[in-house]
Amino acid sequence: MTPRTLFDKVWSAHEVVAETRDTPAVLYVDLHLVHEVTTPQAFSMLKAHRLPVRRPDRTLATMDHSTPTQSAQVFGSLPIQVDAAAKQVRQMEENAAEFGIELFGMHDVRRGIVHIIGPELGVTQPGMTIVCGDSHTSTHGAFGALAFGIGTTEVGHVFATQALLQRKPKSLAVNIEGQLQPGVSAKDLILAIIGQIGVSGGTGYVLEYRGSTVRALSMHERMTVCNMSIEAGARAGMIAPDEVTFEYLKGRPRAPRAEDWEAAEARWRTFVSDPDARFDASVDVDAGRIEPMITYGTNPGMVVPIGAAIPDRKGDEVFDKAMRYMGFHGGEGMLGKPVNVVFIGSCTNGRLEDLQAAAGILKGRKVARGVHLLIVPGSQQIKREAEALGLAEIFKAAGADWRESGCSMCLGMNGDTVAAGQYSISTSNRNFEGRQGKGARTLLVSPLTAAASAVKGSITDPRELL
Amino acid sequence: MQPLQRITSRTVVITSTDIDTDQIIPARFLTTTTKEGLGKQLFADWRYQEDGSPKREFVLNRPEAHGAQILVAGRNFGCGSSREHAPWALLDYGFRAVISEGVADIFRGNALMNGLLPVVVDAETSQWLLHHPGAEVDIDLEAMRLTLPTGAAIAFAIEPFARHCLLSGLDEFGYLRSKLPDIERFEAARG
Repeated sequence: MTPRTLFDKVWSAHEVVAETRDTPAVLYVDLHLVHEVTTPQAFSMLKAHRLPVRRPDRTLATMDHSTPTQSAQVFGSLPIQVDAAAKQVRQMEENAAEFGIELFGMHDVRRGIVHIIGPELGVTQPGMTIVCGDSHTSTHGAFGALAFGIGTTEVGHVFATQALLQRKPKSLAVNIEGQLQPGVSAKDLILAIIGQIGVSGGTGYVLEYRGSTVRALSMHERMTVCNMSIEAGARAGMIAPDEVTFEYLKGRPRAPRAEDWEAAEARWRTFVSDPDARFDASVDVDAGRIEPMITYGTNPGMVVPIGAAIPDRKGDEVFDKAMRYMGFHGGEGMLGKPVNVVFIGSCTNGRLEDLQAAAGILKGRKVARGVHLLIVPGSQQIKREAEALGLAEIFKAAGADWRESGCSMCLGMNGDTVAAGQYSISTSNRNFEGRQGKGARTLLVSPLTAAASAVKGSITDPRELL
Repeated sequence: MQPLQRITSRTVVITSTDIDTDQIIPARFLTTTTKEGLGKQLFADWRYQEDGSPKREFVLNRPEAHGAQILVAGRNFGCGSSREHAPWALLDYGFRAVISEGVADIFRGNALMNGLLPVVVDAETSQWLLHHPGAEVDIDLEAMRLTLPTGAAIAFAIEPFARHCLLSGLDEFGYLRSKLPDIERFEAARG
């Protein structure tokens, strides 16, 4: 039999109807994750066609994008600041009830960012196809699932049929070898990869992250890497499951139970690329040389090692526009530039280990005067765990603002925004113009770099404070 | 969906590369629960001043943009977020096609399903178009051919099924639903 890639195997296991020259494949969807922002129009479509959600048992909803993070707003003593957001939240509740979809509502202890709670509950499993109306669905690829973002029309398609029309993408092997240096995290690794292949380097491909570096990453780190696949243009990024994956899933509320475990694990073990599997393209990454990374421009590919200077590409229209927006100049160093806001959270870096990394730096230290440090756990469960472990106390003692879970300041649509012209050091995934608020200037970094910069009040190499 | 066979129009040019969907429609407008009226917010942060008045220098605010149905943009158009609000906003404004050297994957799918045609062209054609704003261009979807005012005819590729749907005004949903018996058999076989 022809050797196959991990992606080939997951794809063919879900092909209801194979693609032809004239028609795309019909691809079965195992798990459809749903949130309040990209679904209202899909529910309207179902209503217009008088159709039910075909497989509510394969559909799971939460609220994260437009929900507030201030406790008083989440738990009702204060109204949601943004009226339209409040309406969207109500509509999600109504639609979930009407169509029989399980929803982790505002007050549910299991609520959180959609890409955090899937893995946390154990619903995200190897070999699955997972879709969601959100481009960071690529996160779930860390488990060896084929997971990708879809638009609202496709959300409607999945609601009505549990399948999608898809052309099979090409495969790109990202071979990563070498040991990450102390102070260099998975976030730095993926930022370096995006810097290397560019923001459209993955367009048309599904990435598979491979190699000794990847094997040594924890599940949380693998999720951070896969999460940002879309920032390289790839709809999906995958990592073959292994003992680390199985260990993570064991005992999770919706993972297979003890009596079913052995069979599940045996099946999961088949979802790896065969030794001679052929990829359509490949790229090699030397992890040992990667430094803490920071973006300087208005897309995630505009990134440099933190100690380096901004490249000088004066005369390049896009570069010049980005520099005007950021208030930077080519050739300037990044270290020591002042910071106004620091955001630690998001589906990229809002997991417990990210908070632990930040707490390691913040413990016994204070946030610099004038800097607003916002720390937002990725889920209500992570919030409880962080509180039980004493992390929340460390954050509050340092002067940080500790919140309820949500997408928060990753995107300015829920009340948490960065003011125009302000510099925000952020552990999120996008530094696009206006992403964190109109005129906001975002610099993407790891949780370690974010925490170190909050303490110093300026862009800081986290290795100084380790 | 309106059938789309041929578009003949002046172009509007935005030369930037890597235009992400947060620029096409900023996140703060995603709290809407309908598809309508998003054209007003298309490129909102590039198009309006703080007080909501139009920025005169931005191309969509210039008289020559009025009525244009074709947007020409730098490569990797529509990257970033999966928000379908981006093609909804472009269509609501009046665009029927986007020409670029490259279009991001999710945006391309979203655009096609709403009747917005992404036309991917070679670097040379892209450069010509980017340097000739307002050029009268013809896009023939049946022939998969773009014709420039110079008379140059450029072939472009498009996924055959999406082309079929656009030409006939069918949406893909009907076809997908016709496969429900196959989906049921697939589910039964998996147990």
